Amino acid sequence: MAIDVTKRGGSFLIAETDPNSVFTPEDFTEEQKMFAKTAEDFLHNEVLANLAKTEAQEAGVMVGILKKAGELGLLMIDVPEKYGGLELDKATSMLVSEIVSKGGAFASTFGAHTGIGTLPIVFFGTDEQKQKYLPKLATGEIVGCYALTEAGSGSDALAAKARADLSKDGKHYVLNGEKTFITNGGFADLFIVFAKINGEEFSCFIVEKDFEGVSAGAEEKKMGIKGSSTVQLILDNVKVPVENLLGEKGKGHRIAFNILNVGRFKLGVGCIGGAKLAFDDAVKYANERHQFGVPISSFGMMKNKIANMASGIYVVESMSYRTAGLLDEILSPIDKNAPDASKQTMKGIEEYVTECSIMKVKGSEMLDYVVDEVVQMYGGYGYIAEYPAERHYRDSRIARIYEGTNEINRMLIPGMLIRKAMKGDLPLLEAAKKLQGELLEMPTLDESEPEGLLVEENKLILNVKKIALLTTGVAVQKYMTKLEEQQGVLGDIADIIMEAYGMESARLRTLKLAAAKGEEEAKTAVDMTRLYIYDTVGKVDLWAREVLAACAEGDELRTMLVALRRLTRYTPIDTLHMRLDVADYFIAKEKYEV
Amino acid sequence: MKIGVLVKNVPDTETKIRLTADKQGIETQGVKYVMNTYDEFAVEEALKIRERLQDGTTVTAITLGPERVVETLRTALAMGADEAIHVDDPAFEGGDSLTNARIIARVVEPMGLDLILGGKQGIDYDAAQTCSALAEALGTAQALIAVELKWSEDNQSLEVRRRIEGGDEIVHVKLPAVISCEKGLNEPRYASLPGIMKAKKKEIKKVDLTGVGLDSAEVGASGSATRVVGYSPLSERPECRILEGEPVEIVKELVRALREDAKVL
Repeated sequence: MAIDVTKRGGSFLIAETDPNSVFTPEDFTEEQKMFAKTAEDFLHNEVLANLAKTEAQEAGVMVGILKKAGELGLLMIDVPEKYGGLELDKATSMLVSEIVSKGGAFASTFGAHTGIGTLPIVFFGTDEQKQKYLPKLATGEIVGCYALTEAGSGSDALAAKARADLSKDGKHYVLNGEKTFITNGGFADLFIVFAKINGEEFSCFIVEKDFEGVSAGAEEKKMGIKGSSTVQLILDNVKVPVENLLGEKGKGHRIAFNILNVGRFKLGVGCIGGAKLAFDDAVKYANERHQFGVPISSFGMMKNKIANMASGIYVVESMSYRTAGLLDEILSPIDKNAPDASKQTMKGIEEYVTECSIMKVKGSEMLDYVVDEVVQMYGGYGYIAEYPAERHYRDSRIARIYEGTNEINRMLIPGMLIRKAMKGDLPLLEAAKKLQGELLEMPTLDESEPEGLLVEENKLILNVKKIALLTTGVAVQKYMTKLEEQQGVLGDIADIIMEAYGMESARLRTLKLAAAKGEEEAKTAVDMTRLYIYDTVGKVDLWAREVLAACAEGDELRTMLVALRRLTRYTPIDTLHMRLDVADYFIAKEKYEV
Repeated sequence: MKIGVLVKNVPDTETKIRLTADKQGIETQGVKYVMNTYDEFAVEEALKIRERLQDGTTVTAITLGPERVVETLRTALAMGADEAIHVDDPAFEGGDSLTNARIIARVVEPMGLDLILGGKQGIDYDAAQTCSALAEALGTAQALIAVELKWSEDNQSLEVRRRIEGGDEIVHVKLPAVISCEKGLNEPRYASLPGIMKAKKKEIKKVDLTGVGLDSAEVGASGSATRVVGYSPLSERPECRILEGEPVEIVKELVRALREDAKVL
């Protein structure tokens, strides 16, 4: 049976997408906008208004804010209705995450509770476990967190030393060990803890704060997100009832990795929120700050930064909400009352793990780029803690590290796609093979001048996709099962794949926007899309050369490079002046709003 | 008790207001609308009364305006109002505060409301007239700019603390009454996510010209005694000048500038 590839994660590499079929931030319903308004009001009145207190770790303030979020229903979005939640669509979930993530440290607190602290029970809990814990997690009556990392095992999570031994009467597991970097650990009531039964079978447990032998270490002194609680969790002969084993014995890795996978998209959108706030602060500042008698926002180099930041945000936003749409499309047909509804939901999200990883990596790297430029725009004041740029700069840095480092995610992006291809779920290698054949043939000269909005750019996008296929195909052929050891090659391929998704998502959104509002109104979106594409093609070329040179040599390499050159050829456009236009639009608005 | 709350859909305070090219109106393209800030206090107060009484008291949100204003009714419903009425007809367009108050009076008369709450003024046109005009049209008591309500035991009358110049005035008011609300009266609640979802299922009743039983000549621009003839923005603040030099020189120059350039001395 033929697979409908368009309903598959990763299919963006081999299929073309109709702009009308993608979800964009312009498609939010009135109801979703109302949710956003509540989140926005909450952010300003509760989170940002208390920033000085939370940054100083004043006792009880951050947890109080989280409880307030609970009262407003902000913590129940992903919890099934059956267990006291709202079970809203993923687009709403992302939108709310994006907004509350403007609160810096609160983003981590919120994410640890609603994501990794609650979702393991949503997806892997028994009915009893769900009944017992989810209603209280949904309202914020109890606070959740996730304890996977140990001092000696970070990315290599399965090397954990914490252990669980069944008591003689068979009623308890006795947990011993130390978990580190536990977000919310200082005030959490419930811990999702990973430990090895008999020191061997990696498993997951629901541990309550009040179980004897559970204690938290001192607060870590962190570079940023200082308002969030990060502690060590000490388990000293903790008796955990056997019914608190989460999921199957020895299958803890399924929970550990799946939860990180499904949680990643939230971190990705969280980065958008952080970037928008930093951007808005910087543009306002640039309008107010005068040097040489004029606002610094009138300088070309400042405009250059503003345009680049905005188009970076635009691209990540486009890919993120496109992914939200894909997730909702695959999740909405699921019967929420079916006994295996949560299993189906997880499977649905898993389909798009590549896209979720891309959001995490691109989101966090875009954010770091933005906050770096924001400090620069503030000049000396950017280095002074009294101004917001300094906090944005520190707070953002963790996003590239936690919930799977960007390095791990770069390994996963091609890795997961190749696995899918091997399983026959995605005809990636067939497409790569076909492409190699095509590229070896003499090119058919296409001299026709393309017309229409973003048509020339679409050619470049299609070529970047081809480059992704070419490099993946070549690397798989060369290294076969040993490709995993070639981290440099995988990293470059991941970058190419990510850019293909980003560029295409921006183009699709822009076309949809232009169709709805007219090209005139969509001018800034069109410019940002073009800027991003023309800025990125050159980078793709470089990564591809690296990969090809690492996989082939001599005549074979030369043939491939000829093919590559054909794919990366383009006529430059006047991006420098385009940036001035884009910047002027945002300088007038003083905020990121497309 | 039956409570009505007047709510208005106004541009967000952060919106940069631009005039249309003919200066006859405000550019609505790209403007984000929200519930008038002072109306939030009115909705909150109504909900608090209902929660205190626990006797089947109902809260009805009412607004007048084009289709876009419905979102403000939804917000009121999401905060917890029981029902909502959207008063709208093309004939209502261009009406002044008095005319609009007359229309609303027609809508609320048959409802037998005991109490009508509203914001002390709309933060858009700052007329601050609708509440008093409505009380006048209905022939009820009115108390404006309330910062505190103290109810009698039988809940048939109340003492309203009004913010006036330099202090407060306390007025005793018998129901039915119209009260306009000032900042400080309460802390408006957020529309919670479950509240927003419930609001979607609540019905919004529509009332048009026929529904209010008025003639088209009595409403809108043609029924109004006042007419807006134009708008003009405030003149921009002139650029700041910084005087440099020795203190004595600076003072001399300052006095000269104040006399000759600014002509204020």
